[in-house]
Amino acid sequence: MDFFDRFAIPHASPAIYASMVAIGLTVIAIIAGLTYFKKWGYLWREWLTTVDHKRIGIMYLISALLMLFRGGVDAIMMRAQLAVPDNKLLDAQHYNEIFTTHGIVMIIFMAMPFIMALMNFVVPLQIGARDVAFPRLNALSFWLFFMGAMLFNISFVIGGSPDAGWTSYFPLAGTEFSESVGSNYYMIAIQIAGLGTLMTGINFITTILKMRAPGMKLMKMPMFTWASLVTNAIIVFAFPVLTVLLAMGTMDRLFGTHFFTTTNGGMDMLWANFFWVWGHPEVYILILPAFGIYSEVISTFARRNLYGYKSMVGSMVIISLLSFLVWTHHFFTMGQGALTNSIFSITTMAIAVPTGVKLFNWLFTLWKGKIEITTPMLYSLLFIPTFTIGGVTGVMLGMSAADYQYHNTMFLVAHFHMVIIPGVVFAMLAGLTFYWPKMFGFMLNEKIGKLSAWIIATSTLLAFVPMFFSGLDGQARRMYTYSESTGFGPWNMVSFIGAAGLAVGFALIVYNIYYSTRYASRDISSDPWDARSLEWATHTPVPEYNFAILPQVKSSEAFWDAKKHGHELFQGEYEKIHMPNNSGVPFILSCIFFVWGFSFVFSLWIPLILTTIGIFVCMAYRSFEKDHGHYITVAEIEETENNLRGA
Amino acid sequence: MKWVLLTFIFTIATVLTGCEPLMVLDPKGPQAETQAKDIMLSIGIMSFIVLVVFAILIFMLTKYRASKQSKDYEPPHIEGNIWVETICVGIPVLIVIFLSIVSVQSNNIVEATPKGYGDKEPLIIYASSSNWKWHFSYPEENIETVNYLYIPTDRPIEFKLYSYGPITSFWIPQLGGQKYAMSDMVNTLHLAADVPGEYMGRNANFSGKGFAENTFNVKAMSEDKFDDWVKEVKKTAKPLTEEKFAKLLEPGHLGQSTYTGTHLEFLPPPEGENGGHNHGSSHSSKAEKHDNSSETSSESEHHHQ
Ligand code: HEM
Ligand SMILES: [Cu+2]
Ligand SMILES: [Cu+2]
Repeated sequence: MDFFDRFAIPHASPAIYASMVAIGLTVIAIIAGLTYFKKWGYLWREWLTTVDHKRIGIMYLISALLMLFRGGVDAIMMRAQLAVPDNKLLDAQHYNEIFTTHGIVMIIFMAMPFIMALMNFVVPLQIGARDVAFPRLNALSFWLFFMGAMLFNISFVIGGSPDAGWTSYFPLAGTEFSESVGSNYYMIAIQIAGLGTLMTGINFITTILKMRAPGMKLMKMPMFTWASLVTNAIIVFAFPVLTVLLAMGTMDRLFGTHFFTTTNGGMDMLWANFFWVWGHPEVYILILPAFGIYSEVISTFARRNLYGYKSMVGSMVIISLLSFLVWTHHFFTMGQGALTNSIFSITTMAIAVPTGVKLFNWLFTLWKGKIEITTPMLYSLLFIPTFTIGGVTGVMLGMSAADYQYHNTMFLVAHFHMVIIPGVVFAMLAGLTFYWPKMFGFMLNEKIGKLSAWIIATSTLLAFVPMFFSGLDGQARRMYTYSESTGFGPWNMVSFIGAAGLAVGFALIVYNIYYSTRYASRDISSDPWDARSLEWATHTPVPEYNFAILPQVKSSEAFWDAKKHGHELFQGEYEKIHMPNNSGVPFILSCIFFVWGFSFVFSLWIPLILTTIGIFVCMAYRSFEKDHGHYITVAEIEETENNLRGA
Repeated sequence: MKWVLLTFIFTIATVLTGCEPLMVLDPKGPQAETQAKDIMLSIGIMSFIVLVVFAILIFMLTKYRASKQSKDYEPPHIEGNIWVETICVGIPVLIVIFLSIVSVQSNNIVEATPKGYGDKEPLIIYASSSNWKWHFSYPEENIETVNYLYIPTDRPIEFKLYSYGPITSFWIPQLGGQKYAMSDMVNTLHLAADVPGEYMGRNANFSGKGFAENTFNVKAMSEDKFDDWVKEVKKTAKPLTEEKFAKLLEPGHLGQSTYTGTHLEFLPPPEGENGGHNHGSSHSSKAEKHDNSSETSSESEHHHQ
């Protein structure tokens, strides 16, 4: 291939040219805007170099929302293509790229940063800490994720997107069958983002174990913190597998090794096994923080303590262990025999038990409560029935003999969307609405919020329930077209209407943000929901140091006890507070990583060597740097606290 | 909520009992029948669970809404209840145990020669995929077809699956669930057809550009008719040469075609049963007996997991 040919898009279509222009114009507009309003300094000082967990959380949130729309556009295009038989909207190649990027964007670049956003913002506040254990590492995690996402997102305008499915099974994803650089992007972009995630895992485990407020024993941690702890433990065990796997895949594609090829002893199923050894725990990395959010929201708006706290914790620990023992259910059909299938069938169905325990605990949290249906609560209540449908169909998939019929069909697609959307997306939207006032100092409009919750929930059912039927009627997943005679047409039409409904629901959320930014009252208390745990004991906006005095904790609902039982949270005098300094290194290092990744994707060896050196220079710089942070004096604290109290 | 529930149940009811049965739930062979039975059984049990959850939710929401309570009502602090928790764990455990037993039994059924066909000599057909076609070799009859399959009814069929490219999955929904065809091993899938008829077959595992059209037709007919067809093929079809087969393997779509001879002679499948990649398969000893290339399988130490 000629040098420049590699950068060309393999199948240019008007849609891609249009997006190219749109991307160019947006970039120019942003640069011009920043220059015109003289915001470069502000951007650099307050955001690009920040090590404040709250700001990092907000940056994760913005990225996740952007990616939700990127993935959403892909989804709409897919459903539009399948809405009628023999549709000519997209060709096979384009469709393959779209479902591949949809899957990766949604799982890796939307759901992951969404949970990271809430974890970053909430966990330190909830445990009464001033920051995470390694603030600068935290910034690096974010920027690595961000650069990974950006690298992945330029694939469709430079060189072509991956087209072998988000599972990227070899040999299909090897150079023999997938010639464009698309799968290189897959390997490298996910690798870069994954490194960030692994660091987050270590960072948050340390934070939660070491930085809890005085008195907060493990069994007194709020449920979201528990969920985060378990999640990060899974991350630390699962992500190294992904790292190694992607490295092997990269070597197969770029250096001619034969780990997964059809020839020279390559083992195709080795990829599948490793992928799912990471991949199945990954789905629990997504769902457990969501479960944590639901626990907070449901007990807050049932105005009651969480029912069965201990069994909630226990079931999460069991789920985290079992999640590593079920990966083979993703390829019951690879011919491993009845015995192996039986074992994995049983472990798979066993996960339903602790999951069921959690569902019943939420239901019993409503018992004798005083249920108030706010937007976050509405999402949580809609989650229960929809997720149950998703969950029980998971048990059905777990029966391996029957899975021979479901595997690779729309039935599977229906199942995992019915768990991921109510499970993860509803939770994130609930969390977004719940924590919005703490993040930004005003509430989102409840009327619009509830309307969007209803639209999203009904559209989810419309979009995915038909797939259970078309799957049982023989519609395989990932088919870009089908003929009239199959009879899949009506099912897919309903699905398309549902998908369009989802788009309306998400658009409404954006409108809500716009509307509330303009019109919502800024005069709200620091505890607008009458909530229960420590994050609500802070001022709004939360000062840089979170808590002027570290709280004394007696229960998992310390703030509630303080409000209702007169328990004194903040005892003692102000003392000077030590805080970390901002640093440009994480951002610069990640920019270098971006160029490094790009060079790798296109086998540009000289830039690759230079950026590799650059990465090590940054790390060396950091290790010789003398930076002991700074102190906030008592006078400054007093001033801030008085101002905030006055507000 | 009630409304959503009712619509959902109504849709299930109309579709499942409706005029045109869903393909997977309209089995035409013993393996598919086992699977359809498991599916219906699990739908039944799972609907029960869904109903329980819906019922509790509706109860809680109607009874404990803030708007239905006095202003000064203070919800109590309840840690949990050992009985409630025992029930919430116990019943799901019992359900999972029951489903596990059913699942293990069915696993052994679908991995063995179809029930009721044990006394019959199975027909062995090698099904190999190449981008984006299916090649069916009948070694016993010494013929080969492309993109279509004729099979006799009332006789167990043993498919030997492998691939000349990406992983594919061989699937005839009405005869039974799918199994992977891979380039480095031979997989065995046991199927049988009870009723003559035409069935849809396809590759179910995404394999690139031509995946959507990667289908084949299956025609099940009485054994006499099948024998007639074989005779006819032998009389009329051209022999499959090495060059011809190499041409067929080139990526792209083809219609149906028929040959005498099979490609197994000049291009044998990946060595032996499981081609050195033993996934720990437990083939029935019966299958082993008929497969003379199986000697290597016991020596294979190569595991994927
Ligand atoms: C009740 C618990 C669950 C059970 C029993 C279960 C079971 C299964 C099974 C057996 C498969 C493989 C099916 C096949 O390949 O034919 C599968 C696939 C999948 N599940 Fe679940 N699951 C559960 C919960 C979840 C959750 C909570 C998530 C996400 C947050 C999830 C996401 C997925 C995804 C993404 C796939 C995709 C597989 C693919 O691309 O091939 N599942 N699940
Ligand atoms: Cu899994
Ligand atoms: Cu293999």
